[in-house]
This record gives sequence, structure tokens and C-alpha cells, in this order.
Amino acid sequence: MDFLHTDLETLHQQLVDKEITATDLVQAALDNIDATDPKYDAFITVMKDEALAQAAQLDAQGIDADDILAGIPYGIKDNIVTKDVLTTAASRMLENFVPIYDATVVEKLRDAGAIGIGKLNMDEFAMGSTTETSYFKQTKNAWNTDKVPGGSSGGSAAAVASGQIPYALGTDTGGSVRQPAAFNGIVGMKPTYGRVSRWGVIAFASSFDQVGVLARTVKDNAHVLTALAGQDAQDQTSSAQAVPDFAANLTTDLSGMKIAVPKEYFGRGVSEEVKTTIEAGLETLKSLGATVDEVSLPHTQYGVAAYYILASAEASSNLQRFDGIRYGFRADNVKNLEDLYVQSRSQGFGDEVKRRIMLGTYSLSAGSYDAFFKKAAQIRTLMADDFKKVFADYDLIVGPTAPNVAYNFGENSDDPEITYMNDVLTIPVNMAGLPGMSVNAGFANELPVGMQFIGDQFQEEKLYQAGYAFEQATKLYEKTPGGAK
Amino acid sequence: MAVEKLNRQAVENVAGLAKLSLDDNQAEMMTEQLDKIFDLVTSLAEVDTDGVEPTYSPTQNQTVLREDVAVNANQTKQLLDNAPESEANLIKVPTIIDEGAEN
Repeated sequence: MDFLHTDLETLHQQLVDKEITATDLVQAALDNIDATDPKYDAFITVMKDEALAQAAQLDAQGIDADDILAGIPYGIKDNIVTKDVLTTAASRMLENFVPIYDATVVEKLRDAGAIGIGKLNMDEFAMGSTTETSYFKQTKNAWNTDKVPGGSSGGSAAAVASGQIPYALGTDTGGSVRQPAAFNGIVGMKPTYGRVSRWGVIAFASSFDQVGVLARTVKDNAHVLTALAGQDAQDQTSSAQAVPDFAANLTTDLSGMKIAVPKEYFGRGVSEEVKTTIEAGLETLKSLGATVDEVSLPHTQYGVAAYYILASAEASSNLQRFDGIRYGFRADNVKNLEDLYVQSRSQGFGDEVKRRIMLGTYSLSAGSYDAFFKKAAQIRTLMADDFKKVFADYDLIVGPTAPNVAYNFGENSDDPEITYMNDVLTIPVNMAGLPGMSVNAGFANELPVGMQFIGDQFQEEKLYQAGYAFEQATKLYEKTPGGAK
Repeated sequence: MAVEKLNRQAVENVAGLAKLSLDDNQAEMMTEQLDKIFDLVTSLAEVDTDGVEPTYSPTQNQTVLREDVAVNANQTKQLLDNAPESEANLIKVPTIIDEGAEN
């Protein structure tokens, strides 16, 4: 089975017509992982027995023609909890953690007949943009294994882009779905804050975290979000907003669509090849009927600093729960309770996680609170207001997803300031709780360049509409890295 | 608002608050890296935020209360399976008060 060239609707039709079985698909994914994961290192845990058992059960029942995802395998980022299946957040802290419940997103996909095939590598606790901070392994870019896959959902992106599996779940706190999708040439959607339940997602920064979808095409992505979205009694931030069928009514005509391009998204630090590729992409959108105007989002440059203060402050609070007592890593040979906390945390967390806990703790401490935490939260308001002004007149904002294409391992890891600046184009979306989606816009140095579509809250349909029209016009998804085949 | 230069002592104080211990090398590296991040933060001072309400969450949702109904989840055993050590349905921890400890 060739997941690189077969979309979900085709797989579904073949299942319904009994040309293939769910067991065939699961076996194909397992074979792909066996054959190519030594090269990509995308998976932390493969759910072989669970997936085969679920597939056999579905095959016995028959695939319902209404359940587009039924019988089709998918991957799960390893910060999303899975009942009875190891869930590590790529941290030594959770090396042996086996959750006793499923995250709402996993439960919803299981109800839809989707088959979880394994848990995917990531930056530790989703803190990073290269997947290099994983305690376990270094995932490689699907297009060039010398390059980082992006992050923090690097395992999800590499597994989908290389054709191991048809789609995967990721999480996006400051760009962690969109940027790895961009680096691997696939479609990564970070929905509106509140669109998808976060119940069972290991918390990083709770006012930013959102579950997202990584898939090869816009329509595949839309089908998955349709299944995930909706209010959940277990997550008070989840929204009662009606959930449309995001894959329905996608057309190739963008007549009347008003697109805004922020000049700040083409500023200092954005590479020439990225600019050129995105400018060509904007011409394509015009040719499809959209109008494109330049606008300004004047507080963009402050986003990185404000985000790292706020997200790290929330992380320092969320990660207090890892104390070596109830679950997770516990250090040996400790003198007393205080020493147990300190040693368990110092040995259980990696450097990037410690750095953020430190920054967050400092930002929240007496004497720094006003200059750091409060100031950053005020800038967050100004950034959201910038977006509001633009969305009063425009349907969508379009620009690059990341300033660069995928880079070499170790290239930026010594300097967190440079690494953090890589997130300058994705962070604003999370600051304002907006939906953002990356779609491949072409190649530079034989590596994919992501184009980012940003909408007002709960306007995912417009993102999918524009992304679909763009993708059908360019057919860039037909170019694949060879990957699993 | 001025962001002061970060020194080693401040970093060690913060590590204490965060229940982390840093060896010499780590403390040195952390001081240097956090100081660089603080350079970024200094730029925020340029922005006039007088009278701007802070945003702590982008959600428009209001807090709601659920029905106060007791549920017997009966998951004690499963929960304890994830504890590093347990005994007789309790989580086992080391001695809390060590007579040789300073605090």
C-alpha cells in the first residue's frame, strides 16, 4: 500500500469496496515502519498488537461507508496520552509512564474507527523546534536525513511525509505542527484555540496548547479535523462552536477572497529563497481569483520575547507536577523529601526543559512579574488587536511558515536566542488563539518551503478552502521524497 | 522598566525556587543563555503598554460548573501502578524529615 500517493478518500473507497482490508493497511504501515524507521527514527513506540487487534475487529464488522477514517492507521504524538500504551513526552521523566485513560482526541478517532499505530517522537515536553531535545532519539527530515525534521511534532511530520502512515496528530504551542509540516512539505493545521479538546494532552503552556493534524493533502487534513473538533466536558476551554464538515464544499475558485500579507512576515531574518517561493505562491492565489494586499502587524517583532515569557511561565507551573512522588521518574539515594524533588527533577528533565522552567520561574517571581509576565501579557493583547484590525477587512492572512528551510542538526542548538527566533512567524497565531495552516509552496535547495494561512478564530473553513485551491493548482503533493517506497 | 543583567547568584536562586539543582557547568551555561534571552526581553520595554489589559487566555468561554456528583472511578490499582513505589494502597516516599538536614 502506497500511502504517499493515495489519499484518505481513495483508501476509504477501497475498504468499502472490500478491495483491501483494515488489516492490510495496518500491516502496510507496520512494514513501512520496519523498513524505514531505522532511517527516520520517527516512532518511540509502535502499537503493533493493539493496531492489528483493532483492525481484525473492524474487518469482522465491516467498514461503514459513512466513516471516512475507519480502518485507516494513523500516528499519535507522544505527549497525547493513550490507555495502556507508554506515553513519554520524549522525556526521561516519563520513560515508564503508562496512562490509564485515552485523550479525548484518541477516543474520538477510535470511535470513528481510526487505528492508532504508534507514538511519535517530539521535542521533550514539546519544547523545541527541531525534535533534537527528545531524550530518546533524533528524528530525521523526510527529504534529507542530514536535516532536522522541525519540531516539536518532528516525528509526526517525518512519519507522514516519508509515507510510513497517512496522517498523524501533533500539538502546536508556538508552531509545533506548522513548522515541522513546512520542513517536510506536508499540510499542518493548528486549529483555533478551543476547537479541539486538550483533555489528555500533557500540558506545556495551557493558554497556547492545541492539538493539530499533519497530513499529506489539505482534504485529508480537513477530514481528520472534522472528526477531532467539538466541545468536550473534560476541557473547559473547548468551544461549543458548531463543527462543519471541513472537507465538504472545497472548490478551486478563490474569487472574492481577500488576502492580507503582513510586511513584517517578509522582514529581517527571512531568507531570500523563502521570500521568493512565497511571493510566487501569492501570485498563484491571485490567479485563482483572490485579491492580495499588503498590511501591517506592527507588534510581530515582540512576539518571540513575549511568547517565551508567557509559555515558559505556564510551563514552569504545569511541570511542577513532576515531583518524583506519584508517577514518573524518581531519583535514587536521596536524603529527604526536598532532595527527592530536586534530584528527580534535575535528573528527569533535559536542558531545554530546565531552561524554560528557569525562565518561567524567574518571570513569575516577585520583582520580575511586572517587567516580564504582565508586560508580555499586555503585548499579547496588542498582537491580538493587530489581527482583529486586519480581519475586519480581510478573510485570510498569508505568509511564510518559517524563515528558513530545514537546516542541519546541531546548527542552532547552542544558541537558544537564534533557535527561538525561528518561531517568529508561527508564534503570533498562538498568542491570539487563531487557526493557522502550513501548505507546501515549493522547494528551495531541494527542501520544502511552507506557506502559512492564518484566519480569524473559528474560520478554519477559509484556510482549508484557500489551501485546497492552492494545492490543486500547484499539485506539489505529487512530488514526494521517495520515502517509504 | 529595565531588565537587569542576570548573574550567577540570581540563577541559583531561581533554580532553588524551581526545585532544580545545577552543577557548576550547567549554572554557568544557564546564566549565559538566560542572559541572552533577557536581551530579547529588553526589547519589550520599547512598547507602550500603559492602560493595556493583559491577555492570559485567548478563549472567550466562561467558567461553568459541573454537577457535583460523586463518581467511583475505582482506579486505585491502575493509578498506583504508575507510582515509583507503593505499599498497601499507598504511595511510598522516603523519610520526610531528615534529622541531618538543614531545613
